[in-house]
Amino acid sequence: MSPGSDGLLAALLALDRLQARTLLRDVRARSAPLDVIERLVRPALEEIGRRWEAGDCALSQVYMSGRICEELVEELLSETRQDSEPADADPGPQAQAPRLAIAVLEDHHLLGKQIVRTVLRAAGHQVMDYGRQDVDGLVARVREDRIEILLVSTLMLPAALRVRLLTERLCALSPRPRVIVGGAPYRFDDGLWREVGADAVGLSAGEVLPILGRLLEAGS
Amino acid sequence: MNGSTASHGDMTPMQRLLTSLGHQEPDRVPLFLLPVMQGARELGLSIADYFARPERVAEGQLRLRARYRHDCLYTFYYAALETEAWGGTVLYRDDGPPNAGVPVIRRPEDIDQLTAPRVEDSPALLRVLETTRLLAAEAGGEVPIVGVVMSPFSLPVIQMGFGPYLALMHEQPERFERLMRLNEEFCVAWGNAQVAAGANAICYFDPVSSSTIVPRERFLATGFEIARRTLARLQAPAAMHFASGRALKIVDLLPDTGAVAIGVSHHDDLGALKQVCRGRLSLLGNLNGISMRHWTPEQAEAEVKAAIAAAGRGGGFVLGDNHGEIPWQVPDEVLAAVSDAVERWGRYPLDWCRRD
Repeated sequence: MSPGSDGLLAALLALDRLQARTLLRDVRARSAPLDVIERLVRPALEEIGRRWEAGDCALSQVYMSGRICEELVEELLSETRQDSEPADADPGPQAQAPRLAIAVLEDHHLLGKQIVRTVLRAAGHQVMDYGRQDVDGLVARVREDRIEILLVSTLMLPAALRVRLLTERLCALSPRPRVIVGGAPYRFDDGLWREVGADAVGLSAGEVLPILGRLLEAGS
Repeated sequence: MNGSTASHGDMTPMQRLLTSLGHQEPDRVPLFLLPVMQGARELGLSIADYFARPERVAEGQLRLRARYRHDCLYTFYYAALETEAWGGTVLYRDDGPPNAGVPVIRRPEDIDQLTAPRVEDSPALLRVLETTRLLAAEAGGEVPIVGVVMSPFSLPVIQMGFGPYLALMHEQPERFERLMRLNEEFCVAWGNAQVAAGANAICYFDPVSSSTIVPRERFLATGFEIARRTLARLQAPAAMHFASGRALKIVDLLPDTGAVAIGVSHHDDLGALKQVCRGRLSLLGNLNGISMRHWTPEQAEAEVKAAIAAAGRGGGFVLGDNHGEIPWQVPDEVLAAVSDAVERWGRYPLDWCRRD
């Protein structure tokens, strides 16, 4: 963590939107927007995720800090878009990025998905949000959008177990989309993600960025 | 089938529980196994058909207690039940608890016009009350009947969705406060209706108050005060249950809520909780119901021993799972092994703990 991201971390944990904005603007004055995201936002969000995993901060702080970051990052990126000619617009890290999608399987509790989506967007990734889906609907969307990495959030054990059917169905696609799972059942059973055929598990939102990095490295 | 099965020389389940809640050592550690949907399996019914008739749930609870010899009858149906009273829907499935449908509060502005439902107007709540009456008639005061309410602070997760609720809590304090007051009135009426029907204790499910969900300072300003106000108006002792959420960081505050016990997480250190709670607050927990799916009988025995060793001495401990509901996928053999292990290792004075 850099001093800047330490400051942002403190502002986010205190849900101090104004201080967070000030810190980002200070760094933005001498750096490109994507540098601000990489040097400040991403480390702060990863640290908050680590703290939640260790029991040192609460889910409400993870969610609210993610909301703040998503809002501030959108401001940064919209400035970039306004400053650039359309033909020269910097597409950011998305140019070579994988096609990402996220969904909740068989549940109306969307919090986990929203947190992870926020972390991804705050780190500059584009991610398609499929909302709540059943297995059939999710496979169809993944096939249609040619998704390369699918993030699946579940709340209840039966839905977590249903991921097995999902991964089996996705195996029929070529290339096979990789699947990252997360949610409460996986936090109480270390081996569940392997049992259901996932490629990785994220026990906190902060883990999702390193996991993406690992999957991309392995696939390249 | 009678709900009371005390053998000669043993305490009844009610005596066992009350002794432990009084921070004395009963004949053995009380076991609150809390199987719920498993009653459908006992009766050969689908989960939807099982919960459709109150006498089926009563029969299921009695059969489960006869099978596993645990120390309570549990009138919990499923977490989404209360939202039916608020106008919500429930989605049944064959392999787990019914889930809540689309939230009943679509926008924060809806709270301005919201009114609390009356218990007597809700067919779903009336089914639970009938189950409670049937079980009370069978139990004859010898087996505790545990009713359930969702806390006013946690119910909005189902009423409006988790994310919108957290945003409301942090950004719209007046609407948040109005919703809490409505939910408190409903919670008290619902809890006391269960007591009037024969429930001896109320399990006050409040996962949002856990340190997994909100930090200690937020809990002090919200869930703590709400619990204190609500529990004071319930006409039976209450256990505050965090449904797998962590509680160690707030446990010093919990005796002041008025709760007599807390349901604690597998992710918490049971021994550390016991140190803080000894003589002040009883503990319920903290077997991991999710991993229970894979346990061998030997693992079940080891887990039961570990929990009893950490928290059993001196009473003030009830063994149970950490979530308040055993998953459908847990094999019957594992539940039987848990019960056998409590019988073998839960007999006071727990001399084996001292030897180990």
